[in-house]
Amino acid sequence: MTPLAAFLIVAALVFAIGLAIALTRRNAILVLIGIELMLNAANLNLIAFWRFGPHPELLTGMMFAIFSISVAAAEAAVGLGLVIAYHRHARTTDLDTMTRMKG
Amino acid sequence: MSLLSQLDQIFVLLQHWVAGFFPTWLQPFVGTVLAVVGIVAAFPGIFAVTTVLERKGLGRIQNRLGPNRVGPFGFFQPVADGIKSLTKEDIVPFTADGLVHFLAPVVLVVAVFLGFAVLPIGRNMVLANMDAGLLFFFAIGASTELSVFMAGWSSRNKYSLLGAMRAVAQMISYEVPLLLSATVIVMMTGSLSTVKIVEAQGGFTGFLPHWYVFTPWGFAGFVLFVIAALAETNRSPFDLPEGESELVAGYFTEYSGFKFALFFLGEYLGMFSIAGFAITLFLGGWGAPFSFLGFVPSWGWFFLKLLGAIALFIWLRGTLPRLRQDQLMNFAWKFMLPMTLLNLVVAGAWRFMGEGILRWLICSAVLLAAYVLLGRVLMRHQKLGPRSYRYAE
Amino acid sequence: MIPTVFGLTLPFLIIAALTIAGAVAAALLRNLVHCALSLTITFAGLALLYLNLEAQFAGFVQMLVYIGAVAILVVFAILLTRGAGMPEYRSYSSNWLLGLILAAATFAVLTWAVTRSLPATAASAAPAVTVQGIGVSLMTTYVMPLEIVAILLTVALIGAVIVAMPESKKEGQQ
Repeated sequence: MTPLAAFLIVAALVFAIGLAIALTRRNAILVLIGIELMLNAANLNLIAFWRFGPHPELLTGMMFAIFSISVAAAEAAVGLGLVIAYHRHARTTDLDTMTRMKG
Repeated sequence: MSLLSQLDQIFVLLQHWVAGFFPTWLQPFVGTVLAVVGIVAAFPGIFAVTTVLERKGLGRIQNRLGPNRVGPFGFFQPVADGIKSLTKEDIVPFTADGLVHFLAPVVLVVAVFLGFAVLPIGRNMVLANMDAGLLFFFAIGASTELSVFMAGWSSRNKYSLLGAMRAVAQMISYEVPLLLSATVIVMMTGSLSTVKIVEAQGGFTGFLPHWYVFTPWGFAGFVLFVIAALAETNRSPFDLPEGESELVAGYFTEYSGFKFALFFLGEYLGMFSIAGFAITLFLGGWGAPFSFLGFVPSWGWFFLKLLGAIALFIWLRGTLPRLRQDQLMNFAWKFMLPMTLLNLVVAGAWRFMGEGILRWLICSAVLLAAYVLLGRVLMRHQKLGPRSYRYAE
Repeated sequence: MIPTVFGLTLPFLIIAALTIAGAVAAALLRNLVHCALSLTITFAGLALLYLNLEAQFAGFVQMLVYIGAVAILVVFAILLTRGAGMPEYRSYSSNWLLGLILAAATFAVLTWAVTRSLPATAASAAPAVTVQGIGVSLMTTYVMPLEIVAILLTVALIGAVIVAMPESKKEGQQ
């Protein structure tokens, strides 16, 4: 197995686990965790392609990953803020019971 | 090679000499192991000396003698303490989360030791000369927060949890000014490598060194960095997470025996590493303070400065009373953050104003004015009078 | 030399195993705080993988942002929403089987694509990337994205504070 393929398969596995967490867990915070994992897997792909690509000196993949990390941090902050706000309102973070649209 | 420069490089030469006994392919590995052993032996040694010095110093400040029973002047006190903590029973609370409870002190000590890897202790004496060394230090420092949380949460004790939450909130709040005040140095040096930062401060004007602390932005950055470092290491006056009168011992209330000693060690080592970085960034690292004192070994200067920083920390601990939680947060976000941001701007202006007395005047005036104004505004809004309590929902 | 297994270096295998084990634990554990802590292992493993790929800066940024900030944020959110983080009564959604099948299918497709479509490229020499180079390109080629990210982070900061702020007195009295 080439190193690039190995990194890509690790990234695919992390992505799949993240997807599984996001789709199967009931807690809203864990769903956010799953989304973070998927973003991280994408970052690993970007950096692996940067390292094994033809033009690593252009830094494209690494820059993409660094920006993606900062965007993911913002996403986590807003997402968790929303979960906390919803919890204050409805006293639950269970996604299966988040069915009301009325405040 | 002259005797003095040999003395300067004595540890490096020693390392090469010992590594020379091993086959060539093993030599880099052995050299690294030796350097690690040196760090792992030296700093806990300083820790032992510091505990007794701190207790004696605090004793003097508080008008008492401090430890004076074990050995001459009580200097074998750390040995007695070490034997005591090793032989004490290791108590784990019945409801505690066993694995996390066990891992927390380990994670703390490992993370703190990793921080020393990029600290230049002397000329050619740095374990890993990384291109992004400063970033490495802050990244590693961030993971100590998690170990504090692990300790507090896994103990299943409300004092532990409260202490951990306080500690984490405080460390996150003060990490922002800590990073921003260090960014000034990165801006002026143009490098994140700790070795290059020390080298950039190596020159002399007359007999005075080119340390960053002797510039307006450097001085402001140094003061802000030290305040943030005090908060980051949970030292007094920012020791709310372990305020003995309120929370027993904070997040490590439920630890005993050797694990407690590990927390104690981790805390002091964290103080040493952050003091070492303050020295590296602002006080010229291992450089001599006067050009005519260059013959003293570089590591000697580093450790002298470190002892000076420790003495300052002990003095502050003996002098200042503990802050309240709201004062702590207000200070971080309303004073430290604006000051560090302004300091960044001032450093940029300094860079492009060219040589001369003018930039000294302007930069100092701007920083001083901001300091006075911010202080006034904060003092005006400070309600002195009966305390109003707010309870959590 | 670094020992290799199946053409992969041993450090890579250890780090990859750690990363995946952390992710699996985050998916399976019942206690939310345990999930968050094992997630931290995954974040640390990914940072080490970046370092393994010679992306020093990205690895340290990952450590600083994810272990230092996101993990702490997650843990705080768990404690704020669930008291002391007690195990959940039912932790899986009612249609968990469908989700699992979808995730497995995604993994199968991705693995198929990776193993089929890649030419066998050997690793090129490690690119000499300095932090200074990254800084220069952030300020020249990528200055526009940088500014946009700065605005985004400011907006996110303000937004998160407003969303999580206690509701105003008037509403609270109802």
